[in-house]
Amino acid sequence: MNKWKIAWRSIQQRGLASTLTGFSMALGVMLVVAVLVLHGVITNSFMNNSSLGYNIVVGAKGGRLDLVLNTVYYLARPVENIPYSFYQELTEGKYKQYVGTAIPICLGDTYQDFRVVGTSPGFLEELGYGGNKYVFADGRNFKADEFFGAVLGATVARETGLKVGDTFQPSHSGGPEAVIHNEKFTVLGILAPTGTPNDRAVIINMEGFYLIPEHRTDIDLATAKQLAAEGKFEPVPLDKREVTAVLVLTASFAGAPPELMAPPLIKSINEGNVAQAVTPIREMATLFTTFVDPLRIILLVLTVMIVIVSGIGILVSIYNSMSERQHEIAVMRALGAGRQTVMLLVLMESILLSLAGGLAGWVVGHGLIALLSPWIAAQTGVSVGFFQFVGYELVIIPGLILLATLVGYLPALAAYRTDVAKALQATP
Amino acid sequence: MLLLKDVKKSFREPDGNPLPILDIREFRVAASEQVVLMGRSGCGKTTLLHCIAGISKPDSGMVEIDGLDITRLSEAGRDLFRADKLGYVFQTFNLLPGFSALENVLLGMSFAGKGVDTARAKDLLGRVGLGHRLTHRPAALSVGEQQRVAVARALANRPKLLLADEPTANVDTAHQQQIIDLVRNTCRDENVALLLVTHTPEVAEQFERVERLENFNQAG
Ligand SMILES: Nc1ncnc2c1ncn2[C@@H]1O[C@H](COP(=O)(O)OP(=O)(O)OP(=O)(O)O)[C@@H](O)[C@H]1O
Ligand SMILES: [Mg+2]
Repeated sequence: MNKWKIAWRSIQQRGLASTLTGFSMALGVMLVVAVLVLHGVITNSFMNNSSLGYNIVVGAKGGRLDLVLNTVYYLARPVENIPYSFYQELTEGKYKQYVGTAIPICLGDTYQDFRVVGTSPGFLEELGYGGNKYVFADGRNFKADEFFGAVLGATVARETGLKVGDTFQPSHSGGPEAVIHNEKFTVLGILAPTGTPNDRAVIINMEGFYLIPEHRTDIDLATAKQLAAEGKFEPVPLDKREVTAVLVLTASFAGAPPELMAPPLIKSINEGNVAQAVTPIREMATLFTTFVDPLRIILLVLTVMIVIVSGIGILVSIYNSMSERQHEIAVMRALGAGRQTVMLLVLMESILLSLAGGLAGWVVGHGLIALLSPWIAAQTGVSVGFFQFVGYELVIIPGLILLATLVGYLPALAAYRTDVAKALQATP
Repeated sequence: MLLLKDVKKSFREPDGNPLPILDIREFRVAASEQVVLMGRSGCGKTTLLHCIAGISKPDSGMVEIDGLDITRLSEAGRDLFRADKLGYVFQTFNLLPGFSALENVLLGMSFAGKGVDTARAKDLLGRVGLGHRLTHRPAALSVGEQQRVAVARALANRPKLLLADEPTANVDTAHQQQIIDLVRNTCRDENVALLLVTHTPEVAEQFERVERLENFNQAG
C-alpha cells in the first residue's frame, strides 16, 4: 500500500471531523477565489476605460482627477468649460500637428440617473474602447445634421426601457432644482454592452445640446424659447460655443506610437492659460494606487487569514486525534514503520485534507462566479465565466501544500515522538 | 537464531531510582524452534519481547538475531530490521481500525520496503481461515478472527522469528486452541522460530520447551 492511501484511510476513518475541516478549507479557498476573480473584474473594468481610444483629455484648468472622472467615468462634480475655439486650435490651429483625432464633449445634463454626453458623431465612430469599435445592438449612430438624435448605452436602454424611435427629454443637472428641458431627443441607436462607463451614458448630438434654450449662449433665454417653440433651429455660431472637454488621440507619424506626441502637446497646452491637458491613464493609475490597491490588499489579507484559520482547523482536528491514534502509530511502528514514516503519514493526511477541501472550494468558487456572471456582466460590463482564472490562483496549490505542511507539523511531531513501548501497553 | 547475552533493562521509578526489570545472562532460541515464555505478571515478559523486537533498547548487553546484534543498529535500522525479520502479535488491538483485513496484512509488507505481495497476503489470510473476510474492517471481525489476521500479518514478510505476547488472552478456550494451532502450524510451515508468552498452562504444556522468565532473569 502506498503512503497516500494509508493517509487517506486515516482521513476516512475520521469521516465527520475530516469532512468538517475539509469543508472549512473549501470555504476559505472559495472566498479567496471569489475575491481574486472579482478583483480582477473590477480592475479590468476600471483599466479598460483607460484605453478608450484617446490618450489625452483637454479641459478647463482645475482638478486633474476631477476632469478625468468627469470625462472618462461621468463621475464627480461638474467641471468648468473651455471655449470652442480651443477645440478648433486642436483640430485646425496651432496644436494641429500633434493631434490625430479630437472629439469635443459637452456635459451637464442628465436623463434620470444617467449623464448626457453631447458630442459629435465621431465619438462613436473615431474613438473605440479597449481596441474595439462600438457595436450597435439596435439602430445606428446619429448623423451630424440630426440635431436631436441620441444613442443610448446598454445599461441606460435596459434600465429606462427606451427603444429605438422613442423620445426623451434631458434635464439640467439633476437634483431638486432640475429643469426638464422641453426639447425631445429621439433614440436612433442602442449600443451593445462595452464594459465601459459609456454603458451608462446618454450620447446626444452636441448640435441639439447647444440648441436647448437653457444652454444657449448666443441669444437670451426668452428669444431662444420663442425660436424653439416655433421649431426654428439654426446651429449655434461656433464662436459662441463652449465644450467641457476634448478627447484627443495624438497623431502618430510613420508608424510611431501616438504616445510619443503626448508629452509635447501636454506641455504646450499646460503652458497656456486657457486649458489643461491630462493623461487619463496616469490619473487613474494614481487613483488606483491610492484607493483600490490598499483595498485589494485588505481583501487579500482577510481571505488569506480565512484560509489560515481553516488551516488551524485542520491542525486542531488532527492534533486532537493524536492521543487516540497513539496506539495505531505504535502498531505501525511495531510493524516496522520508522519515525519519519509515521511523521510523513500525518503530514500527508494534512496535505490531502487541505488539497481536497481547497480544490472543492476552488471549483465551487468558480462555479459561483459562473452563476453570478450575468449579474456581474450587467453591473460592470465585464463578462466572467467558470474558466475566468487569475494569475494568483497558480499560488493556491503550492500555498495550500505549504500551509498543510506547516499546520501538520505539530501533530506530525507528536507522531514522531510516540513512545512505542508505552503506547502498545496502553489499551486504546 | 536468537541469542541474548548480558541483557540489562531497568525503568526509572517515579522517585528517580532505577528499577531493574531484566538481567539475563544468556537466552537462546534456535532456528524454527518453538518456545513458551511464562512468568508472573509484571516480571518483564513484555519488556523482554520489546527488547528483542528492537522497540525498546536494553541498557546494556547484546541481542543477536540471525547473526546480527540489533543493539548496535540505529533506531531506523532496528525499524527496518523489525519489518524484515520479525513478526509481532499482541494480546489485543493488533489491527488498524481504518483498514480492511487484507489491507492490514499489506500494511505490514509496505513498511518492509520489499513491495507488497497481494497474492501472498490473500494466501496467508486463506490459511488462517479468513479467505472470505478480506474486505472486512476489524470492527466487523470477532476478536478471534482479528487475532488470526494479526498472525497472518506477522508472517507476511517471511520473518525469522515470531513474537507473540499472550495472543489468546482475550479469546475463549475453544478459539484459544484454534489460534495456538494456527500459530504453531504456520510457523512450522514457514520455518519461523516462535517465542510465545502465555499465562495459560494448557497452552504451555503443548510446547516441548517452556521457559519461566524468573529462572533466567536475575533482576526483580
Ligand atoms: N515505561 C515504563 N516505566 C516504568 N515502569 C515500567 C514501564 N513499562 C513497564 N514497567 C514496569 O516493568 C515491569 C515489567 O512490565 P512488563 O509489561 O514487561 O510485565 P509482564 O511480564 O509483561 O506482565 P504481564 O504478564 O502482566 O503482561 C512492570 O512492573 C511494569 O510496571
Ligand atoms: Mg505483558
